[in-house]
Amino acid sequence: MSIYSPKKLFWQRFRKNKLAVAGGMIVLCLFIAAFLAPLVSPYSPDEIDRKEILEPPSFKHPLGTDDLGRDLLSRMIWGARISLAVGFVAVGIASLIGMILGALSGYYSGWTERVIMRFIDIMLSIPTFFLILAVIAFVGPSIWNIMIVIGITSWMGVARLVRAEFLSLKEREFVLAAKALGATDYRIIFRHIMVNSMAPVLVSAILGIAGAVLVESALSFLGIGIQPPDPSWGNILTLGKDNIEIAWWLSVFPGLAILITVLGYNLLGEGIRDSIDPRLWEADSRQ
Amino acid sequence: MVPTLFGITLLSFFIIHLAPGKPTDVLTEMNPKITPEARERLEKLYGLDKPIIEQYWIWLKRITKLDFGESFSTDRRPVMEKIWDTKQPLLERRLFITFLINILSMFVIFVIAIPIGVSSATRQYSFYDKITTTFVFIGFATPSFWLALLLMILFGVYLDWLPISGLKSMNYDSLSLLGKIWDRGSHLILPVFVSAFVGLAGLSRFMRSSMLEVIRQDFVTVARSKGLHEKKVIYKHAFKNALLPIITLLGLSVPGLIGGSVIIESIFGIPGMGQLFYMSVMTRDYPLVMCILTIGAILTLMGNLMADIGYMFADPRIRSK
Repeated sequence: MSIYSPKKLFWQRFRKNKLAVAGGMIVLCLFIAAFLAPLVSPYSPDEIDRKEILEPPSFKHPLGTDDLGRDLLSRMIWGARISLAVGFVAVGIASLIGMILGALSGYYSGWTERVIMRFIDIMLSIPTFFLILAVIAFVGPSIWNIMIVIGITSWMGVARLVRAEFLSLKEREFVLAAKALGATDYRIIFRHIMVNSMAPVLVSAILGIAGAVLVESALSFLGIGIQPPDPSWGNILTLGKDNIEIAWWLSVFPGLAILITVLGYNLLGEGIRDSIDPRLWEADSRQ
Repeated sequence: MVPTLFGITLLSFFIIHLAPGKPTDVLTEMNPKITPEARERLEKLYGLDKPIIEQYWIWLKRITKLDFGESFSTDRRPVMEKIWDTKQPLLERRLFITFLINILSMFVIFVIAIPIGVSSATRQYSFYDKITTTFVFIGFATPSFWLALLLMILFGVYLDWLPISGLKSMNYDSLSLLGKIWDRGSHLILPVFVSAFVGLAGLSRFMRSSMLEVIRQDFVTVARSKGLHEKKVIYKHAFKNALLPIITLLGLSVPGLIGGSVIIESIFGIPGMGQLFYMSVMTRDYPLVMCILTIGAILTLMGNLMADIGYMFADPRIRSK
């Protein structure tokens, strides 16, 4: 029997989970494609070729061309940048709001808790997609607006998660010890309890990216997300719908890209959750 | 629930009214010759010239009587009439259409997902379980509008089996009764299937884990050691208990379904609430936007309430409290 650090145990478990590793690889590939978009895409995403309009997949254009003769593969690679950026920024905003409100409502009881919990209830009962649609239609569909609006409408899950962690952690001895040493509330919340509740937040953030990617593509598909000529998987699908009877490739490939991306984040997130679940560690050490 | 409802009206009112731009901007864009005086008259007509707190108070007083005001669009019809037009037959009313599609897809979700969840839990780690788990992960990741597009290409364009748009055919009035029923039904197949698909994955996963948790409990072991048939153990003893958390999920799934109706309805060209909402945000029809947001939230609260009541019926432990 040997003793492992939690980090080592995590890696050991994670590596064994083939699906989680596959998810990680998908996410890694997306990162590479997005960062190296100018190098890996065969054409410029805005290069119009009037002789090659709505061409089916061929050696010259592996995934075909769109209604302006632009190369679909190149547009999709550039679209990966958009979906990556929207996913990360939106989830960053949501996690930040969720962590702060969750911490406050978990640590302080009384009216702070009541007001925040009521606010969460209200946000959860308004159909989020309606709210996002209305706000973006009013403030205008820029990429920053999309990120912010998705962020401020999807923090409730994180807030509940962090609150649950705070409720149990604030009763523990290390918090009592910090209090006895005269630490301020601010210090206890952020330096002692928050760091101990990061694991579930990380998992929910990764799963949240998948959700944000789906929402962004749905908004772009409806015409109020990323605006053409900027390429996004969602707005390419709108072209697919407009040319549904003649150009199947415009509908099939961007959707497949969304599916694989979301699948990748979900597998990675679930894999990390299974690998850091402390209950599983205990089961392991008993063996 | 009443404070939550009050909060919802507050939130939907102020988000709409504090957003930059005014509804009169849309009119000005379309007609550049409009004078500032005409604009002022319009704002007065819409009641937008009063202080915002007063506007909210007027609106709140009206909605307690279920009067959501008149639409800003040129027809100036009452908002409620647009959503629930009593002069039209039931099947043509927008709220009913959205309601029908959501109820049908919820039914499909439950009928398919619960058996899948139970059967994969009783065969944990089997080949069948792995297949359904794969399906669940793919289902989670599938954008509903993409699935709709693919099905439209397959069944509408290539096979030409199902209609891909609207709720009835052009020649609907000349059809026989059976023909009419089939016509309506066939228009609903794709929208209902698509809106059920994503929920299907979630619920079957949830049912599986709930069932797994229950069959590890002591009372199931007792039932088995009594010598009961495995079928009876699963379906009579374990199943009912595993179903309890599902009731909560029913309430929680309402906002997602309502939100999804925007996408489903605009792809399939269905004249429901979602499509109306899309049109109303595009034209900045404030009373209509606020009305649909509020109704959506009320439906959600009703879903939660029904889940609570259902839970009370199903679980004697809660009733005794």
